Amino acid sequence: MEVLQLLVSGLANGCVYGLIALGFVLIYKATEAVNFAQGDFMMIGAFVSLGLTNAEHMNLPFWVAAPLTISIMAVFGYLLDLFVLRHLFGQNQTAVVILTIAMGFVLRFIAGIIWGHEPQTLESPLALGDLHIGGVVLGMADVAIIVVTFLLTWFLYQFFQRTKLGLAMQAASQNQMAAYFMGIPVKRVQGLIWGLSGATAAVAGILFASKGAIDPNAGLLGIKAFAAAVIGGFGSLPGALAGGLIVGVIEPFAARYLAAGYSQIAPYALLLAVLIFRPHGLFSQVRVKKV
Amino acid sequence: MGEPLLEIKNLESFYGPIMAIRGVSLKVDKGQIVTVLGANGAGKSTLLKTVSGIMDPEKGEVLFNGKPIQGQEPHRIVDHGIVHVPEGREVFPLLTVDENLSLGAYTRSDKTEIERDREMVFDYFPILAERRNQEAGTLSGGQQQMLAIGRGLMLRPQIMLLDEPSLGLSPLLVQEIFAILRRLNTEEHVTMMLVEQNARIALDLADVGYVMEIGRIVMDGSADRLMESEDIKSFYLGHQEEGQRGEKRWKRKKTWR
Repeated sequence: MEVLQLLVSGLANGCVYGLIALGFVLIYKATEAVNFAQGDFMMIGAFVSLGLTNAEHMNLPFWVAAPLTISIMAVFGYLLDLFVLRHLFGQNQTAVVILTIAMGFVLRFIAGIIWGHEPQTLESPLALGDLHIGGVVLGMADVAIIVVTFLLTWFLYQFFQRTKLGLAMQAASQNQMAAYFMGIPVKRVQGLIWGLSGATAAVAGILFASKGAIDPNAGLLGIKAFAAAVIGGFGSLPGALAGGLIVGVIEPFAARYLAAGYSQIAPYALLLAVLIFRPHGLFSQVRVKKV
Repeated sequence: MGEPLLEIKNLESFYGPIMAIRGVSLKVDKGQIVTVLGANGAGKSTLLKTVSGIMDPEKGEVLFNGKPIQGQEPHRIVDHGIVHVPEGREVFPLLTVDENLSLGAYTRSDKTEIERDREMVFDYFPILAERRNQEAGTLSGGQQQMLAIGRGLMLRPQIMLLDEPSLGLSPLLVQEIFAILRRLNTEEHVTMMLVEQNARIALDLADVGYVMEIGRIVMDGSADRLMESEDIKSFYLGHQEEGQRGEKRWKRKKTWR
């Protein structure tokens, strides 16, 4: 029973990592740059939902605030690409990486000014109560996180497989030049991907805030999500989710069965092992181009 | 003869700091196959990229149906009906053959017509029909080239810009692909601008040819005339006439220098 308990809470944590990792991978696939502010996107998403929902702020019903948050973050991502990142188009990727790191600092700072540095909790209906299933006590929030994450991943998967825009996004990420030759407006498509990753971060933020307190430094768990993305194989959406789940599950088990402190190291130890033995990640989609 | 479908006037284009195109002018009439020959680094690919909008020209004009289109965004150029089949068969490696073809028709929305064209492509390239659910990255080089051409056809283009379709393919495959290009020209009336290093096969296919060297057009004429030209023979077709004329190949100078 204890194992199951650890597994569920690990999976729930892992889903949050996985969602952030999805954002990493989306942007990496589309633009070949890494958005190191992805964790801070999640934090901003959490605070926006908190600002809209909590009684001392806007006091909107949660079910209104949640979709609103997702839309706001989607627009935020798109505009960020339009006004900031598009100007780096064609520049060295390092420039984009440095820019996103700086952006992370700025976002943390702004969040601190607006919402303060004290940990706050979202008044979320997802946070209420426990679920008792045959002796296992599951937090409602944990169950909700797992369900929502799988729904979102399924939705994204369908979107990329079935819609014309999704196909165009895949094309633009696999071969930017050829995408241009097909008449795909690559820059706009990339902007939409930034929007999509903003929306994904918002979902992660709402779920994360439903689980516990948030503060402006919450986004730093993006580093773990980055490890998750690398473990899963940067560039594969299911891989990102799987990587997140692996990291999430390892943590509580390491905390329970290993000496103190190992649970902090465990994800990175795994990361090292993966980089040594399977450098493309566990679920990579790397194919060598045939000549 | 009305105005040409595509006309390039005094085009100059830079590849980084290097002036890759130094004032090129040429014409492509509707229904024609025009080839631009030249060695590596002559600026042929840059010329096509400038037409398709991947690169912006420094000076000069690109007229399509009489209207200037130079310097437009690449997806706007595609809207005019110009499709670029890039060098080195740039397919979408993780997408299936079918999905690659669908992306060729990205700018179109006439579903039934798109399906008709897909069948047409499968008609010309039966191997693609066989492999339609296979990832494009797993196809052989020749099949990827066929897919790149087929994907270009899905746009139902007014003109197809082909960048070295013979590159890296076996002579037999080159023959096969060029035979299909000829059929596409006669049966479907696809206008083509073909950039090639393989002068023999390109002149065999084309109606008109231009020869490009270090960014300039140095010679032009009907394909038949170029085929007969001594310069083309010795420098591009590898024709050997030493002995009879007592003249060594390396002693000959190109007449346009």
